[in-house]
Amino acid sequence: MSLNIDDFIKHLEEEFEDDIQPGTLKPDTVLEKAIALTSVNALILISMIKVEYDVEVNANDLNKCKTINDLFNVINKKLN
Amino acid sequence: MAFTTTNNVKISGISACVPKNVVYNKDYKWISKKERNNLIKVVGVEKKHTSPKGVITSDLCYVAANGLIRELGWDRSEIDLLIFISQSRDYLLPATACILQERLNLSHNTAAFDVSMGCSAYNYGISVIAGMMANGGFRKGLMLTGDVSSLGSYRDKSTYPIFGDAGTATAFEYKKDVPPIFSSLQTDGKGYKAIIIPEGGFRNPPSKKTFEYKSYGKGMIRHRAHVDLNGIDVFNFSLREVVPHIKNFMKEIESSIFDIDYLVLHQANKLINETIRKMLRLEKEKVPSTMKEYGNTSSASIPLTIVSELNKEVTTKKSSFLLTGFGVGLSWGSNKVELDKIICPKVYIYEDYKEKYGVKQI
Repeated sequence: MSLNIDDFIKHLEEEFEDDIQPGTLKPDTVLEKAIALTSVNALILISMIKVEYDVEVNANDLNKCKTINDLFNVINKKLN
Repeated sequence: MAFTTTNNVKISGISACVPKNVVYNKDYKWISKKERNNLIKVVGVEKKHTSPKGVITSDLCYVAANGLIRELGWDRSEIDLLIFISQSRDYLLPATACILQERLNLSHNTAAFDVSMGCSAYNYGISVIAGMMANGGFRKGLMLTGDVSSLGSYRDKSTYPIFGDAGTATAFEYKKDVPPIFSSLQTDGKGYKAIIIPEGGFRNPPSKKTFEYKSYGKGMIRHRAHVDLNGIDVFNFSLREVVPHIKNFMKEIESSIFDIDYLVLHQANKLINETIRKMLRLEKEKVPSTMKEYGNTSSASIPLTIVSELNKEVTTKKSSFLLTGFGVGLSWGSNKVELDKIICPKVYIYEDYKEKYGVKQI
């Protein structure tokens, strides 16, 4: 299954609509700057990835990702 | 796979009882306002009913059972089976069901015992009671499930804002030619520490040290006879196990989740339950919730949600239900049942009932 980073960004915008201005996210946006990765937001993010891609990422995975593209690559890698 | 089909047993009624006292999470001053708002949004609990000192699970179940027996018009001498399922029993021994047999004025010809389960209590209970009754040895049975969890630490944000108190009663009858009850039950004891009261039982008997308050992280101060809940572990477990479990169960009974009228999930928290619902691609209307109003009521959450949210549906028509519980143990399970114009009184308020009818203590 091939993933599209634009779709992933759209899912992020929908899930965190209070925090993210639509159209402002780019693949190289720093994750922590886009979403404050509090424990609650981390859970929301993990849940969104599970629902949309049926992929399990954990807190450790999130900590290793600097940008949105890094996280996208983690999902891609787990899918394939 | 622990999978059972039980014939000749009908669910005739379901009732629930909560204490009058309501606690609002917007007033939970132990954490900051921002954290409170976030918590209400994600966990989904705006308020919950909590018991005053001295009112415990068996009291709430007593009212639920007494009210239900009256509404059913049952002769108490005909009830020959009573099962109490909870994580908050009266005493380490004897079994709470024995005390309730006397309090409910049931005959000495009643088999009464406890089962120790929490989030999956209702699912295990249905399987146990239906299995016992299927051969006609028992004619009328009561299953009481519930928990008083509000005895946890106020200064522990990982448990205090989540749990509410409730007791429920479900009535079963031996009856030929009713739709079968299907059950599937699972366990992963590796995760037994994910939700635990670490001391006060026989493994770690209570000592002076048990009741010393300690900090277990920001906003989490409790002693070792309080509930210790690892939110991340429970979250990961729920997301990993519940959906495949439901899909396998549906396959096993040759049914589709889309043919079921309602999926009633254990009310764990909003994020977990919403994630499960979305993974199953079910509409919101099919998956009722009581998190907002009652919180996580542990072993009462499935029947309380039916009584509170689907009262009209279950009393006026026939509907199919998938009931799924998951959590402490770690333990999880499902039942597929049909509820056909059952007796389902509105949620009882403990103090109001007590004032009107009295509550027998022994």
